[in-house]
Amino acid sequence: MTRPNGTNTTGPRVLAVASGGGHWVQMLRLIPAFDGAKVHFATTDSTAAVIVSPAPLHVFPDANKDRPLRLAGLALRMAAIFLRVRPDVVISTGAAGGLVAIAMGRLCGARCLFIDSIANAETLSLSARLARHIAHRTFSQWPDVARHHGAEYHGAVI
Amino acid sequence: MRAPRVFATVGTQLPFDRLLLALNDWAARRPQACVTAQTGQTEHHFSALHCATHLATPEFARHLLAADVIVSHAGMGTILMAAEAGKPLIVLPRRAALGEHRNDHQLATAARMAGLSNVTILPDAAALAETLDAALARRPAPWARPAAAQPRLIAALRAFIQGDGPRT
Repeated sequence: MTRPNGTNTTGPRVLAVASGGGHWVQMLRLIPAFDGAKVHFATTDSTAAVIVSPAPLHVFPDANKDRPLRLAGLALRMAAIFLRVRPDVVISTGAAGGLVAIAMGRLCGARCLFIDSIANAETLSLSARLARHIAHRTFSQWPDVARHHGAEYHGAVI
Repeated sequence: MRAPRVFATVGTQLPFDRLLLALNDWAARRPQACVTAQTGQTEHHFSALHCATHLATPEFARHLLAADVIVSHAGMGTILMAAEAGKPLIVLPRRAALGEHRNDHQLATAARMAGLSNVTILPDAAALAETLDAALARRPAPWARPAAAQPRLIAALRAFIQGDGPRT
């Protein structure tokens, strides 16, 4: 299957996961890196579909560590998304949903990269601290944070 | 000259009435201005603002692009979108001590983003009116910034996706 946005049948299948708001806006700024890949997006807000069309957008419920029931619902929904997409690569810009996706990606044998939000200028987010032990690689967008908290720095979204 | 347009957003998670109340006070004294706000959760009624609890993605972008000046909390989504659109942005960071967020990371975000030429950081809500009047008096033409991340981040990500580079 060929998609009109420069993707092809031979490139890796990428699942790009971000919660709504700032996490999602940061993911959009990474789109040029998806050239040559088959990318599926996943976020918490279905109205974002028009932004990434014709790439497919999957929707999962927003959740955080203080809402365990919603977290369980999020995990079930994310599992269904994984069955549909079967990604070779999982990229996330946070937050909780991205961490869940990274963990599932790891279980499925995908290459997993977590990029912490640029909002975390002084320390890693909780999601990124956990991702460090799960993802293949974890980036911070601030050199000092990367240096002091065991993440990598490769520039920022702005 | 057409009516000045202001778009305010405080995200959709926690209330941020300190900013919205100050903006409502300002708007009540500037009836010629058209002020739209995405308010998130709030128990207040803002009589001088056109309010929506949550705007769909295309509506949010439409309001942001139509505005002369944007007013917001220190949320990175709004900061990045305002930079892309080249719009003046006035930011009041949320404070944990006032129950506005779980921690004070918005103070750090605001301090780091103060260097963007379109961004003005407010020390407190009382400074909003004067700053907003000054920004609307200038009304600079929009100057767009690139909509993509830094080239080195794109390159690192592309290498990871294509399976080059280290796996740790």
